[in-house]
Formats: sequence, structure tokens, C-alpha cells
Amino acid sequence: MLQSVLNPGPVSDGVTARDTHLAAYRHMLLARLLDEKFAGLYRAGKIHGGVFIARGQEALSVAIGSALKKGDVFAPLIRDTAGRLAFGEPVIDAVRTYLGSVLGPMRGRDGNVHRGRPREGYLPMISHLGAMISVVNGTLFARRLKGITGTVGATCIGDGGTATGAFHEGLNQAAIEKLPLVLVIANNHYAYSTPNDREFACRDLADRAAGYGVEALSVDGTDLSACLKTAGEAVSRARSGRGPQLIVATLLRLCGHGEHDKAEYIDPKLKNSPVGRDCLKVAEELLLRQGWTDAAALAGLRSDVMREIEEAVAQAQREPVPDPFAEDWCAISSRHLSETHTE
Amino acid sequence: MDFRLPLMSITYLEAICEAQAQALRDDDRVFIYGQDVGAFGGAFKATKNLHKEFPGRVVDSPISEDAMMGLAVGAAIEGMRPIIEMQFADFSTVGFNQIVNQAATLFWRTNLACPVTVRLPFGGTSGSGPFHSQSLEAIYAHYPGLVVMTPATVEDAYSMLLEAVAIDDPVIFCEHKFLYYHLKADKLPSEALPVGKARIAREGRDMTIVAYSAMVHEALEAAAELAPEGWEVEVVDLRTVKPLDTDTVVASVARTGRLLCVGEAWPWGGVTAEVIARVTSEGFGLLDVPPQRLNAKDTPVPYHPNLWTAHRPTPQAVAAAARRLLRL
Repeated sequence: MLQSVLNPGPVSDGVTARDTHLAAYRHMLLARLLDEKFAGLYRAGKIHGGVFIARGQEALSVAIGSALKKGDVFAPLIRDTAGRLAFGEPVIDAVRTYLGSVLGPMRGRDGNVHRGRPREGYLPMISHLGAMISVVNGTLFARRLKGITGTVGATCIGDGGTATGAFHEGLNQAAIEKLPLVLVIANNHYAYSTPNDREFACRDLADRAAGYGVEALSVDGTDLSACLKTAGEAVSRARSGRGPQLIVATLLRLCGHGEHDKAEYIDPKLKNSPVGRDCLKVAEELLLRQGWTDAAALAGLRSDVMREIEEAVAQAQREPVPDPFAEDWCAISSRHLSETHTE
Repeated sequence: MDFRLPLMSITYLEAICEAQAQALRDDDRVFIYGQDVGAFGGAFKATKNLHKEFPGRVVDSPISEDAMMGLAVGAAIEGMRPIIEMQFADFSTVGFNQIVNQAATLFWRTNLACPVTVRLPFGGTSGSGPFHSQSLEAIYAHYPGLVVMTPATVEDAYSMLLEAVAIDDPVIFCEHKFLYYHLKADKLPSEALPVGKARIAREGRDMTIVAYSAMVHEALEAAAELAPEGWEVEVVDLRTVKPLDTDTVVASVARTGRLLCVGEAWPWGGVTAEVIARVTSEGFGLLDVPPQRLNAKDTPVPYHPNLWTAHRPTPQAVAAAARRLLRL
């Protein structure tokens, strides 16, 4: 698989494979180090609730985020730090949400991975798995009604999420309406602690596509080049009117479900197999092997990225946190219809 | 030929259909999505002919209540004003997650309003059984972020549905199936009380019965039954259960000193419990006797008419409860 993308040459409009890979790698590294920063802040007691990191899933996530354009719709899930950044989320949005700054997009009302800017097509996930698929469908359906063409919507889910009714309803609905949806399954082999064989019984999750009448693409989720190619292909197929596209990526979660979880249930055999490779290292090796970068440039990049993260954290830590006395405690926008009896 | 018949009359169901036609006519952002709502016109014909008049905007959904609601939320994010028809309120529980966790939280979390109208054909009709009869207003009212409407008249069915579509927040529109064909008006209203305001359906000085939706009519019948006995019973129609117009209820109790709440839903928690809680905490001194409530029995809704009529409050049951309260 790797052979076909070793020398892909110019991709389009003068953007070369080198540029694409370097940009993707930068977002992967930024995501990895940002996640590690959150984990550190969590251990230091600076973050309330949980921290959910994406170690091992950066290549897949960055690929889908990079394949989308401004104006597309993206509903990332729990392990999409890289995809969010590639789609255009500023680092400060992520930091403010984790730290509960009132200046962040969720204003301390929601936290961690539940962040987004729905007016900009960046949808904030709810915790109930599968629930974002039909919401993305709705945005695409609305655009069709409004006569807007050429945009796509992408959303991500894990192997466990494929067992929900919402997954089935959402993908079936997208297929019926032939919506430009790209549904990305990151099969990281564990739904919290539950292995694949307790979540589904089909041979391969990609086999499900036929049952819905949609196209499937399978990819090695540890291989950045393959992920970029596959996500690009899926997005361009959806954009050209071929209907929903199902991507199934195989990879391994290289961390716990959250930072509270030691993940002792992960089979060491999987860790030591090719699926357990660290996609960030794989990407780095590729960049060096291709001569697209060198060790000094990588070290410089790492220190630039770290500085960006530290600055964002320092800034958000100085910002105001929510004040319960200033909070208006009104759950609807039609204030005249709000309940007068609130206690 | 009976010349006393009005020249034109419109049912509660036709008012709902007409309100949707009006909403579709007035606003390009409105569309209807639900099972069989297209060419077939809906299980109850609440969307009859709309598919023809508004091509592409009255769309059949698969039997996927979760995805129906999810699609509505996504469309609302894009600025549309979807109307979702649940074929029966009972089936909305399959889409419950999207309603209470997605639609109801969006504004609070993101400051982006979610103008979705969810139509729930609800309540008992004889022979409908446990899964086509439920009254679910209380569970939706329980969640922050939703407006819950329960129109009792043809006029309210029409004007409140138009309001529901116009409101920027998610509205659970509970339309009573028993009223669909039984309730008629001469014409559609040109004006209405504001949403969130209760209505005095009948004035009286001896006691207050608070009801909503079909139970308003059972309460009015009970009040008529008690009149020859010398009792003047006031009936308050809540119109919306969320927000709940506590002021109108408390003002009525201030006049009568006695309160009976009637609901077709199950007794545990719920709207009748909420009304009593508010009146006792905000107007305890106004009450001459302990407030009472009358609900359906705490079992699934039964199939056979003999069981069904005993399960829900009937005018006779309301009158009996009222007599007990009046004699306290």
C-alpha cells in the first residue's frame, strides 16, 4: 500500500505530496503534544472531569480534517484532536474548553471534547454515540433544500459506536437521501475495555457498507500516506455526488479510554503487531526517508508547537472562569417563555 | 336539510394541517419530515395534500425516530425550521435521545437556537392499547430547553402550531388524537392568547379544576354536571405545560380556595404534581382544603374500552373527585 504513494508527485494546484504530508504531520504533532499537555494538567488537578486523548489515532483524524474544506461540515468525536486542528479549530478553543474559560466556545457550560462552533459547520458532539451522524445528515439535507451544492459533511465514530441504533439509523438515512456524508470508523479495537468480538460479529466493518448501499474504503490507520489518500478519495467521491462513503480504518488506541484508565486490558500481542505502530513515528520516518524534512527541522517544529501550546495554556489560565452569579440559567433563547419557577 | 349547521366548519386535525400549510407558505425555511407524511398525507392525514402543494418540502422518513430528530437538529443548525411528525407520541421515545440531549441542549451549550417543532399525536382513543395511547408531556417538560404545548381547542391547535414553528427553541407540540375529529370550530382564529398564558375555560367561584388538552373537555363536562347541584366550578386550560402559567392558576385558586388538577398522563410526578407543588408553595394560604389530583391509573394504557374508560379520568370521575373536594 505504501509503495503507491511513495512518489505521488504534485497533488493539485501546485500542492505537493511533501506539503500535504508536512502540514498533516504538523497537526498530528500539535495534537499529540496538546493531548499530552491536557494529560499533564489533569494529573496536576488543573482540569475538571476527564481528559480524553487520541494517541494512535492522529493519522486517520488529521487525514479527514485535512480533506475537508472551509464550508464543509465536520462532527468529530472523542479522539479527533488532530482532525479538529486540521479543520481549523484554533488551539485556544481546545484549551479554553478544557479549562472552562468563559471566552471559549462552550463558556464553561460544556467541557473537554464536547466543543465546536456549529455556526461554522463545526458541530459539538454529545456523549451519546452515533447521535452526530443524523445531525450531519440534517445539515446536508438543509443545504440541498437551500440549493447549496458542492459541500460535504464528515463525522467520526469508533468500533463500539457502530453497535448503536443511531449508527444504523443515521447511515441508512444518509444512504436513502444519497447525502454527501463521509462516515469514518476508527476501529481501535476497544470500546472502552470491550474488544471487537463483543461489539460486532461481521468479518470486517467495511462489509456493512453493502448492506446500506454505500461505498466503503478500508485503510491502515497507522499509515499517514494511506489515510490522506483514502480520506481525500472518500471526500471527493461524496463531493461529486456518489453518496455516502464509509471509511474503516484499522489502528490501536495507544492510551486509555480517558486519562483515568490504565488500559491494562489491551492485548500485548496487538500492541506488538503492525496495528500497534505509533502513527506519529511512522509519519516521521516517512518524512525523513523521503527527504522531506530532517532531524533539525523536526526538532525546530516540535519546539514551535510546544511554544504555541504553552502560550495558549498560559493565556487561558489567566482568563475568567464562569461566575454562577452572573450566569443567567436560562436554557432557551425565547426568554419570555422561560420558566419562572426555577428552584 | 338542517340550516342550523354552520356553513363552514373545521376540525382540530384540519386546523393542524392548515397551520402547517400556512407555515410552509409563509416561510421557505419550513419543511415537514416524518413517516408517511408525503403522498400518503400522514397516518392521520395531518399533512394531506401538502406534499403536492409544497413539492420537496414534505418528505417521507424511514422508520427511524432517532435519525428523524437528528436530521431536524442538523437542519435547524443550518437555519431551517423543520416540523417532525412522530406518527404516535409513543414512538418519540425512540428519538428521545436526540430530543432531550441534542435539540434541548444546543442553545445552552452553543448559544445557537434550535427551532425544531416535534408534533406528537398523543393520548388515548378507545382500542389503541399500550403503545398508541401515551401522554408524554411530563417527561419532555422535565428536560430543560424544551417548550411543551398542549392545545385543547381547534383555535389553539392552529395558532399554537404556527407559534411553535416561529419560536426559536425546540417545541414539543402535543396534539390529542381524540380531539382530531371530535372537536370542530366555525373558523380559524385571527388572533390568540400569547403562548405560555393559561386560559379560563369556564368561570366559577367554588373550586378550580386545572386541566390541559383533552382533559379540559372532561373538566368542562364535569363542571356542567355539577352546576345543577349548585356548584360553580372554574376550569383553567393550561394551554402550554412548559412554561407553566402559575400566576393564572394561583389567581384562580385565590378566587375559589379549592384545587383539583386533572391529567391524562400517569400520576407519578408530572404536570398535575407540578401544579400542586407550585400552588402549595406559592399559594398555601389561599387553599381552604388540601389540593387533589386525578390522573390515569399507574399501569400501561389498556386496550379494551371497558378497561380504557376506567383507566383515564372521565367526566364522571372528574365530577366525583370534585364533589369529594367540595365537601371537604
